[in-house]
Amino acid sequence: MSTLALLGRSAPKRVLPGFGLSLGITLLFVSLVLLLPLTSLVGQLASVSLSEYWAIISEPRVVASYLVTIGAAAGASLVNALFGLLMAWVLVRYEFPGKRLLDALMDLPFALPTAVAGITLATLYSSSGWMGRLLDPLGVEVAYTWVGIALAMAFTSIPFVVRTVQPVLEDLPREIDEAALTLGASDATAFRRVILPNLWPALVTGTGLAFVRSLGEFGAVIFIAGNMPYETEITSLMIFVKLQEYDYVGASAIASVVLAVSLALLLALNLWQGRFIRRLHGGKG
Amino acid sequence: MTFLSALRRVAIASSATAALAGSIVSPAMAADRELLNSSYDIARELFATLNPEFVDWWQQNHGESVEIKQSHGGSSKQARAIMQGLKADVVTYNQVTDVDVLAEAGLVAEDWQQQYPNNASPYYSTTAFLVREGNPKGIDSWDDLVADDVEIVFPNPKTSGNGRYTYLAAWGYADRAFDGDEDKIRDFMKQFLGNVKVFDTGGRGATTTFVERGIGDVLITFESEVNNIRNEYGKDDYEVVVPPVSILAEFPVAVVEEYAERNGTSELAHGYLDYLYTEEAQRLLAGFNYRVNDENVQAEFAEQFPATELLRVEDVFGGWDEVMDTHFSSGGVLDQLQRR
Repeated sequence: MSTLALLGRSAPKRVLPGFGLSLGITLLFVSLVLLLPLTSLVGQLASVSLSEYWAIISEPRVVASYLVTIGAAAGASLVNALFGLLMAWVLVRYEFPGKRLLDALMDLPFALPTAVAGITLATLYSSSGWMGRLLDPLGVEVAYTWVGIALAMAFTSIPFVVRTVQPVLEDLPREIDEAALTLGASDATAFRRVILPNLWPALVTGTGLAFVRSLGEFGAVIFIAGNMPYETEITSLMIFVKLQEYDYVGASAIASVVLAVSLALLLALNLWQGRFIRRLHGGKG
Repeated sequence: MTFLSALRRVAIASSATAALAGSIVSPAMAADRELLNSSYDIARELFATLNPEFVDWWQQNHGESVEIKQSHGGSSKQARAIMQGLKADVVTYNQVTDVDVLAEAGLVAEDWQQQYPNNASPYYSTTAFLVREGNPKGIDSWDDLVADDVEIVFPNPKTSGNGRYTYLAAWGYADRAFDGDEDKIRDFMKQFLGNVKVFDTGGRGATTTFVERGIGDVLITFESEVNNIRNEYGKDDYEVVVPPVSILAEFPVAVVEEYAERNGTSELAHGYLDYLYTEEAQRLLAGFNYRVNDENVQAEFAEQFPATELLRVEDVFGGWDEVMDTHFSSGGVLDQLQRR
């Protein structure tokens, strides 16, 4: 009731009924599922002083893990941006046998337990695995290195890029590129000046989501990382280690760093996207 | 209105599910009482074999049919679950510290280690090596592991009790070899840790890395695991090496008094732990490659368990609290050794 009263003043009369109820349920759900756990996480931190907090999150080994995690996540996201775009393109613009199957396959990384993905990748890319055996003579080591971490992250986060770009591409009328071509643009120019600007917000959002997902990934990475201190330890592992030591505060402190970075990035993406779309529509909307 | 009726439908459906679930939990041939045993990850097969035997044993001695339920996971995680309210009656773990944590929380008796023989550890094991066929690098003891060309696989001491034992065993060996000279011990440990190729988070992960991925010259893990791997993956491809000096790994058991009392299972829970010390249970345990204290069973399995000197954590390091503080806490000796 209070929600209704609060909103009643400023909100104009709505055509669809049930706004108060549905917003109330939404807020309740968000509180239970998202805010409550987050609050208890932050609550854990209430027992440490700022200097202790800083000491935990700036420990050299933990800092090294940030660098490994962010570096690998960035690498994975860039690769995903490129190949995710390509896959979305292929799935939308061409007809070929097995297209439905390929489309369904795109979601597999979401469905597969990440630990299974990690173990499978480690098996494939270790020096005795199918892929590893081919790469080993070339001097390329994937499993148990930084590259392996990025590979696992790329695997678990590729659907984010494909699934955000795909619907936008589907809505993009083919006439647009045909018009560009008839006006004398080369294929490359048409893609760069006409198609890409339309896909840009979706591509950046998808890549951003993939990046944030990679920051927190544990299951898939842990089996292929090798977990050597300072070299291939990811931040999630540092959190896991703290939990093993019954050091909940330490775990929460490190987790809060990952959380803050992710939140800041997601917020920035949202703001940027809003501005981009406003600009696209010439200041309206 | 439609929302309310939808709610009601959900409520009816969930109560029906609950009823169904309830019927699964207590099967038609209902046991009089049940017991929840919270145990470590790799003990699944062990207790799947032990529990039916115990149920028979209890039936014969007390004329009551009981049911034993199992919960398995990393033992620190398991202890945490109990502290957060999982109503387990007994714990059978592979780390003393995880029972200590429960004792500190007042859930387990403070003197739990005195309540049963051998520090409340009905069986024990030690850390041993698994090497590849023919032992090409000639690994017989700890000092062979620090050679430049040896690659080692064992689980991360930071995340695995198994890994902690390996670390402590190597330290204990070095402590003796260098007569307690801490600088030399640290050098030895640095080299030892430097030879590690992959740090998996748990024992089974390390096994997979060594066996399935073919990484490393030697896998260091519990003797019980080493033997199981050899049985599982082929006796010809691997050899077990039990070093002349190693560490005593205890498998502590305790009754979670607080919950057992509330569940009305105190004497059943104690009976369950008593059973683990019977000759019959000890024989089963030895069959799973754990070392036991029962003399008859020891004689039967003498060939399977080569004599080796086992260092006690309490003797070499002054107890688990001490070990966790100096070696494994953040900024502790392990962190210092791994610092670049």
